Amino acid sequence: MKIAESWLREWVNPDLETEALGHQLTMLGHEVDGIEFEGHGIADVVIAEVTSVAKHPDADKLSLCKVNDGSGELVDVVCGAPNVVQGMKAAFAKPGVTLPNGVKLRQAKIRGVVSNGMLCSSLELGLGAESDGILCLPESAEVGSSLVGFLDLPDAVFELSLTPNRGDCFSVLGIARDVSALTGAELKIASGVSVVATIEDTQSVELVEPAGCPRFAGRVIRGIDAQARSPIWMTERLRRAGLRAISPVVDITNFVMLELGQPLHAYDHSLLKGTIRPRFAKAGEKVTLLDGKEVDLNEDTLIITDDSGPIGMAGIMGGLTTAVSDATTDVFFEAAFWPQEFMAGRARTYGMHTDASMRFERGVDPSGQGRAVERATQLLLEIAGGDAGPLLDQMDENHLPVSSPVTLRKDRLRRLLGLTIADETVVQILARLNMKVQSTVDGWVVLAPSYRFDIAIEADLIEEVARIHGYDSIPETTAYSQIPLATVTESRVDMEQVAATLIARDYQEVVTYSFIDATVDAAFTGSESQLVLSNPISSEMAVMRASLWPGMVAAAAANNARQQDRVRLFEMSKSFHGSLSAHTEVLRIAGLASGSVNPEQWATASESVDFFDIKADVEALLALTSGSGEFDFIAARHRALQPGQTAEIVRNNEVIGVVGKLHPTLAKLFDLKRSVYLFELDAAKALATTPAVAISVSKFPAIRRDIAVIVDDKISADELLAAVAATSPELIQGVRIFDIYKGKGIEAGRKSVAMGLILQETSRTLTDDDADKVMAAAVKKLKDQFAAVLRD
Amino acid sequence: MQALSELIDQAASEIDAATDLAALDAVRVSYLGKKGELTERLKALGQLPASQRASAGQEINLAKQAVQIRLIERREFLENAALEASLAADAVDVSLPGRGLSVGGRHPVSRAQSRIERIFTNAGFGVRSGPEIEDEFHNFTALNIPDNHPARAMHDTFYFPGGNLLRTHTSPVQIRSIAEEGVPIRIIAPGRVYRCDSDQTHTPMFHQVEGLVIDENISFANLKAVLHEFVEAFFERKAELRFRPSYFPFTEPSAEVDVRWGEGRWLEILGCGMVHPNVLESAGVDSEKYTGYAFGIGIERLAMLRYGVSDLRTFFENDLRFLRQFR
Repeated sequence: MKIAESWLREWVNPDLETEALGHQLTMLGHEVDGIEFEGHGIADVVIAEVTSVAKHPDADKLSLCKVNDGSGELVDVVCGAPNVVQGMKAAFAKPGVTLPNGVKLRQAKIRGVVSNGMLCSSLELGLGAESDGILCLPESAEVGSSLVGFLDLPDAVFELSLTPNRGDCFSVLGIARDVSALTGAELKIASGVSVVATIEDTQSVELVEPAGCPRFAGRVIRGIDAQARSPIWMTERLRRAGLRAISPVVDITNFVMLELGQPLHAYDHSLLKGTIRPRFAKAGEKVTLLDGKEVDLNEDTLIITDDSGPIGMAGIMGGLTTAVSDATTDVFFEAAFWPQEFMAGRARTYGMHTDASMRFERGVDPSGQGRAVERATQLLLEIAGGDAGPLLDQMDENHLPVSSPVTLRKDRLRRLLGLTIADETVVQILARLNMKVQSTVDGWVVLAPSYRFDIAIEADLIEEVARIHGYDSIPETTAYSQIPLATVTESRVDMEQVAATLIARDYQEVVTYSFIDATVDAAFTGSESQLVLSNPISSEMAVMRASLWPGMVAAAAANNARQQDRVRLFEMSKSFHGSLSAHTEVLRIAGLASGSVNPEQWATASESVDFFDIKADVEALLALTSGSGEFDFIAARHRALQPGQTAEIVRNNEVIGVVGKLHPTLAKLFDLKRSVYLFELDAAKALATTPAVAISVSKFPAIRRDIAVIVDDKISADELLAAVAATSPELIQGVRIFDIYKGKGIEAGRKSVAMGLILQETSRTLTDDDADKVMAAAVKKLKDQFAAVLRD
Repeated sequence: MQALSELIDQAASEIDAATDLAALDAVRVSYLGKKGELTERLKALGQLPASQRASAGQEINLAKQAVQIRLIERREFLENAALEASLAADAVDVSLPGRGLSVGGRHPVSRAQSRIERIFTNAGFGVRSGPEIEDEFHNFTALNIPDNHPARAMHDTFYFPGGNLLRTHTSPVQIRSIAEEGVPIRIIAPGRVYRCDSDQTHTPMFHQVEGLVIDENISFANLKAVLHEFVEAFFERKAELRFRPSYFPFTEPSAEVDVRWGEGRWLEILGCGMVHPNVLESAGVDSEKYTGYAFGIGIERLAMLRYGVSDLRTFFENDLRFLRQFR
């Protein structure tokens, strides 16, 4: 909300400079987003009258004007504004004057004609962000007098960010009340205006739906001057609050709303048919609004009707059929109380958002309707004349909100704030907030004023006391809690350690979006996601990802496009699975490697990453667990990966991850030129671990024996190793493959596998004889199980 | 026959002329070998009269010693020279880069999150997490944000058909954690959150850390202390904080916290407050006995301030040239 300092100070005038006042507003909870200063640097601009306007001989868009600036002589001015007309009052800057935009005026020839100054637009005067021509001042402006004096400038405009709980602060009155409470400065309420009726005319209103409209105030004013114009002080205040002047009637409704916080609506009384009845809309009803749009009404929406049917959406926007116009002479003002519960979210369901709906949604003072009508009447009679009928103020007290007393205990106040505030200070603060305070044994019983409907519980009062006393006054005290020490688990590898391991292996962490394109998701998973957002930002961010890979592959492609050929990425985050009614979220660790193994350098030839590079990285992660022997890499097929270079990682008969090469069709889809290798692990399952159980290390020397066998190419390394290890599990401490050979000397379809066996006993030194026996058993096993041929 | 002294001089000059060990050995052989000059002279002693033998023998032995010493010295010299030459040949350009992998790095947002976690775990906070696809109850209702509350509209929520949503803040973890472990409780809950908003200062996904402490006698003063200590720990310097009244449905009183940045500028960094009694009661906590505070910190906001990042969106572009800066 924008609020002019001059307007606020008319209501409350604390002894504070502009910035200090802004700071206090912020510290009250009404955050000042910005302060705009207006009317500085235009002290020399005067009000002038345009006495004649003629066409410039050499330029269609320029006018030659004679201007009376009060100096006694008419001044020749060339003007380019389309709205300049004879007789208008305008802002005039003489040669020598410097405008806020830095332009210094001087006598100049414009297309051959001398111009002695400039008629200014509001933009040039720093009084608005846009303008369509020169500033047009009202007839009442006195020629030769200063513009800033006439416009009551300079001024500052506070841009306030109001919190949704303080609907009462959506007005000059509301802010002024809070400033008064904080500073103690007197609130100069312009209350009690009461216009005496001079005619009997009234409008019949029937509260047929008292829950939806428990209070309805209004007034008929007849015979206003349709030609009247809003005074400059009013249009200037509206402008500084961000509203355009339209007509006296409309301007007054806006002005009173800004001043008192109660939205009003003005009807052309001659267009109302019969009785006004506020009620909920019925199915199928429609109304055409002021902006010309026809709206299909929902049954949860409050409307105003007369005998012709719906004539407006309550608290949101009035209807076209009864709208005031330039011809209106009889007006009916409406100020109603529409309860928050029936207003919240309604405008939004119609895609609407108005100054009125914003206030009703956050709540207005249920006692402020009559006052608003009185104020509007006073202003209308002042500006446009006419005769006022009696004030109409119908209500159903059973449905009007009532403030309930709230208890405030001294002990609770002290406990919640961690600060002891003197009793008399508490009472004084509450009194300044217009709360009725009654002392009790252990505190007070407090009754909030009608506009503080946000005060419902003790904590609300504690906040009020703290707010006015100042959050700054609350000390900083360290809490001591009896919460036991937390454990540091060894049941799962710490994710920080996982990150550190990957970083040490030259992976850069990325953070990619959790929602991705549906077709991309399906391309990676082979099935359509059921976790589809109803209102995605874009189709590229429409479904919850089932894998971290699509985001990482896209990141790799984007980096390739920026000349980053070597890309090694990891991400630790969630993937989403299942259906809308039963979804699961799985924390995953995913990695991507593409480009050369090492950064380009002098010492080693550049080699591209292959399956076994990324597999080593995966193995390094798995080796952080206690169960590194539990993992098997099993050849598999995966929708996103290239067959033959894909492995599922299995632990205890459960797939806990996948590693492999991105399928060439997907690589092409992402325009990736180099091979991309990927892994993805289920963090919980892959990283489960147990504390180590130490076994003593053998003091006796180990023996190494090597064998090479020729077997069918299809037999996997894991199968051979497992078979050998099983022959003498007590003695064979380890088996490793140190060479694989295919080609010359080995028939096609077979391969030579060389294995080294480490043999050791924990209780004695092994003899060659022992080793020979172990090896014989191993060779026999290989021959029997795999038809292996021992190689010389 | 040559005088011994001449012979020594001659040997010395031959030794000095030897430039490698092989040449030196040849010199040794020519003087001290089986048929060497000095060896021959010793053999010839027998031909001298007995009276001269002893003194002549002594002279030859002295000459032999002199030559041997000279040989040893020269050998040491040549060996040193050879070693130095071989070492020189092994010299490398130490300015060339090392071989093999480089190192990667953490994403700045994770890095900030990890530091925040460590700061709070050092202070005795537990770290909790919760689902990102949430229900309305945990994201709104249990947090005192009933249907049609204006705060719901302000949250720009991503919805799924059927009413589930992407959590708009990490606050639902408060509710879940109280339900699981009861009170007293002292936790933080970092993670991803989502809002249907995308422009220069908003990304549809970002990260928050929720904090929650509930115990008997937890006060606003405790909240001020912990957040002040946190901000100073995070930025590793003294910091001036401003707590100003604000509004969150799930805290009362509520505050937003600004940190003074540079000359007089206040930057908002987090929201906090005392847990609303309705939140406690709906979680089954006796709000008379227990009080608590809660806070929510935007991780990107802190990372931007910490690392001088000016555009939020760069965090999610994953440009390696950007990410590699955060070491």
